[in-house]
Amino acid sequence: MNKILKYSFIDLIRSNWVISYTAFYFVATFGLLVANGDISKAIISLLHVITILIPLISTVFGVIYFYNSRDYIEMLLAQPIRRSTIFLGQFLGLVLSLCFSFVVGILIPFLVYGVSVSGYLLHFLYVLVAGILMTIIFSALAYLIALLNDNRLRGFGLAILTWLLFAILYDGIFVLAMIKFEEYPLDKVSLIASLFNPIDLSRIFIMLKFDTAALFGYTGALFHQFFGSNLGVVLAGFALLVWCFVPVLIILAKSNQKDF
Amino acid sequence: MRPINIQLILLFLCATLTAGAHTLRVGKNGAYRTVAEAIGQAQPFDTLLLDGEVFFETNIVIDKPMTLDGQGHAVIDGEEKDEILVIDSDSVVVRGLTIQNVGHSFIKDRAGIRVRERNHILIENCILTNTFFGIYLQKSNHTIVRHNVVIGTPGRSETFTGNAIHLWYCDNIEVAYNTVKNHRDGIYFEFVNYGSIHDNYSEQNVRYGLHFMFSNHDDYFKNTFINNGSGVAVMFSKWITMKDNKFLDNWGSASFGLLLKEIYDGELSGNIFRNNTIAIHAEGANRLTIQQNVFEKNGWALKVMGSCFDNHVTGNNFRGNNFNIATNSKQSKDRYDHNYWDDYAGYDLDKDGIGDVPHRPVKLFAYIVERVPISIIMLRSLFIEMINFAEYIVPSLTPENLVDASPAMQPYNL
Amino acid sequence: MINVQNLTKTFGNLTVLNDVSLEIGAGKIVAVLGPNGSGKTTLIKCLMGMVRPDKGGMYLKGEQINDQSSYRTYIDYLPQISRHPENLTPRELVRMLGDIRQQPAREEVFVDLFELEPYLDKRLKNLSGGTRQKVSIMLSLMFHNDLLIMDEPTNGLDPTAIIRLKDYLLEKRRENKSIIFTTHIIPLVEEMAEEIIFLLEGNIYFQGSVDELKKQQSEPNLERAIAHALTTKKASI
Repeated sequence: MNKILKYSFIDLIRSNWVISYTAFYFVATFGLLVANGDISKAIISLLHVITILIPLISTVFGVIYFYNSRDYIEMLLAQPIRRSTIFLGQFLGLVLSLCFSFVVGILIPFLVYGVSVSGYLLHFLYVLVAGILMTIIFSALAYLIALLNDNRLRGFGLAILTWLLFAILYDGIFVLAMIKFEEYPLDKVSLIASLFNPIDLSRIFIMLKFDTAALFGYTGALFHQFFGSNLGVVLAGFALLVWCFVPVLIILAKSNQKDF
Repeated sequence: MRPINIQLILLFLCATLTAGAHTLRVGKNGAYRTVAEAIGQAQPFDTLLLDGEVFFETNIVIDKPMTLDGQGHAVIDGEEKDEILVIDSDSVVVRGLTIQNVGHSFIKDRAGIRVRERNHILIENCILTNTFFGIYLQKSNHTIVRHNVVIGTPGRSETFTGNAIHLWYCDNIEVAYNTVKNHRDGIYFEFVNYGSIHDNYSEQNVRYGLHFMFSNHDDYFKNTFINNGSGVAVMFSKWITMKDNKFLDNWGSASFGLLLKEIYDGELSGNIFRNNTIAIHAEGANRLTIQQNVFEKNGWALKVMGSCFDNHVTGNNFRGNNFNIATNSKQSKDRYDHNYWDDYAGYDLDKDGIGDVPHRPVKLFAYIVERVPISIIMLRSLFIEMINFAEYIVPSLTPENLVDASPAMQPYNL
Repeated sequence: MINVQNLTKTFGNLTVLNDVSLEIGAGKIVAVLGPNGSGKTTLIKCLMGMVRPDKGGMYLKGEQINDQSSYRTYIDYLPQISRHPENLTPRELVRMLGDIRQQPAREEVFVDLFELEPYLDKRLKNLSGGTRQKVSIMLSLMFHNDLLIMDEPTNGLDPTAIIRLKDYLLEKRRENKSIIFTTHIIPLVEEMAEEIIFLLEGNIYFQGSVDELKKQQSEPNLERAIAHALTTKKASI
């Protein structure tokens, strides 16, 4: 698996896609730092990057990468190695290269701006970890969708739809439900509902770690309490890990049954 | 503007002109060892000069007109036993004293300096530390409190600290150039008319930087209120002028820069509101003019709740706030014009500096949050940004008449 | 060497392999023929474990290979379309496959055969289609196993390269290696194959030598024999 991972990773980080993706982060992060002139503001500005852009790019890239490497996968299938090894190796190569882009692209500008001595190091790490988890979750979902759909157009459409679902539709239904049931106590239900969307989960988690927490006021007290406690952090982390592992496990199961 | 200054000058003239006024020295090298003893021996209009040492005394009652001068170096320490100075005479001057360690009590509102229903008092250049209440004026008119520093003990809860400068039933008062810190309320006004509060610095008080109730015809200007528990509250008052104040960093779950409740006929201008959870929370505010203020980087700039009428919001800068205007009512009875809104997306074809398209400052999300507060957890969701945009293009839910028909294209230089 | 018993594979309601049984002896060149969609590639992909048969057993040297992976160490396989990571160089791919298979790669033969030396350190995406096919052949055959399975090996090759490949395969044949390939190119079959497996709609229509097929169809050349076989088959449906 390590060998597959290694060569997929080398292949990917040499690709123009990944190079431009890294360059984009690099430029965008420097831009945010210069425009905000303030590390904590720049970190919070990264929130949109993490909750919208990373899922979108990971989704699109995950689908394209799978379809583009189908023939390569066939070649690997002719080698004396197990399927789980091939798919896990390839998938991890993909995730690793996307994470590499993201981490390198934002880490260098922040280090240059002195994040390590700014007192916001922990916040920055939260954002970094959230970005990595988003990358894993959405490239896994995309990879799985591509694996299940031989029709590329259909696979691509479904992947974009998945992104839309988590990035927009889920919140839309969420807000409508809140308005519909406004007379009921909603904080517990909202808290639970936020666990079922990795984007909402990381968005809320990060906002609560920043000044924006004050905007939540007393109505968001339950969220404060939950995400402020060790149990809450562990549970939120656990929920995100479930989001990472479940698609990967399905990838492994499905890839074992698939004909190429 | 107010007659008090002239009266004070008259007071001092009286004091200096009074024949036979003496100067009494208090301290190891003076004729008197304690302040109380000196006051007992003094004639009206005498001056007591305190040496630079620590006097351990409580309940010093000043019962005749006089000047008590600590010369900037005398200290009176109450050793947490009781209150320290009680002014029980008209025409008293207290200056240059350090007063410390009053100690808290649940039975009595102990104060560092108390004025008990007397007029024409001047308290200046004093430092009060660890006093339960700092300067406490009850039913005192024509009094000046200026250039004092009143600092409580940090980290105390509301019940274990009193107000730094507390005024109750006073008229024609000037409170100026004071620094108040770490108390329950920085400056507390109840039933105070014709007062002038200016150039004060109120910071890190547990509850309000300024707490202001049932007080009419007061001006407050050039004050700084920074990082107080809940900000500044102005309630049940009429004819208030608030000018050139700074409301900064009142950032917390239930904090605001300025809470306006049941306020009539006031003027708010030239103030700066920056980094407050809610810059102005208005409830039952009527006939106010809110102009040339700066609203910057607040959670909410202006939260206008029901029963606000005929307010005029004009010529303000709204920049970098999460929500510029929030309201819970479908109708607005206030006027908005000539403000600068950083989220204005219109154009100015005739180049007159005024946008050609009206601006609707209430975002749909602000409206939803007022209706269902918990929906604030959707802040910064892409869905929210999309519906905000849709509502901006085709308004349907936000108050239809809450419109700035003449939005400024450029921020004002305020 | 290879034994297939009752192999069946359907995709949806399309039966691609219908109860196919066959035996391929060692040390032969075997051509798998058949029109498009007859199941050639599926048969080979089943053997390579890329397509999972619905039922049936497959054996290599007497050992069952269904759902196994390690047997592939003993097979050099050239897929019909082969693509490798675009941003790697042929040299890196040689190293990668050697790494994965834990076998020594001897690629020099092909570097000489196809004159690949100038391309070894260029990224794959910068190589022409023909060169890529040569690289693919090199990557497939460089482990010099006793069994070679090739799906349309001459696709995209120029005539010189085809001749060189043919010569190479014949040489291997002399070294007693088994070679199985699919193709559409009849002269190639006539020239090389000792045995033909003729697939038609998922069934083995014919298995035997070229001469036997000609004789069976009473046609003097292979092309006509195949065409005849197809028309009679259609007539019988």
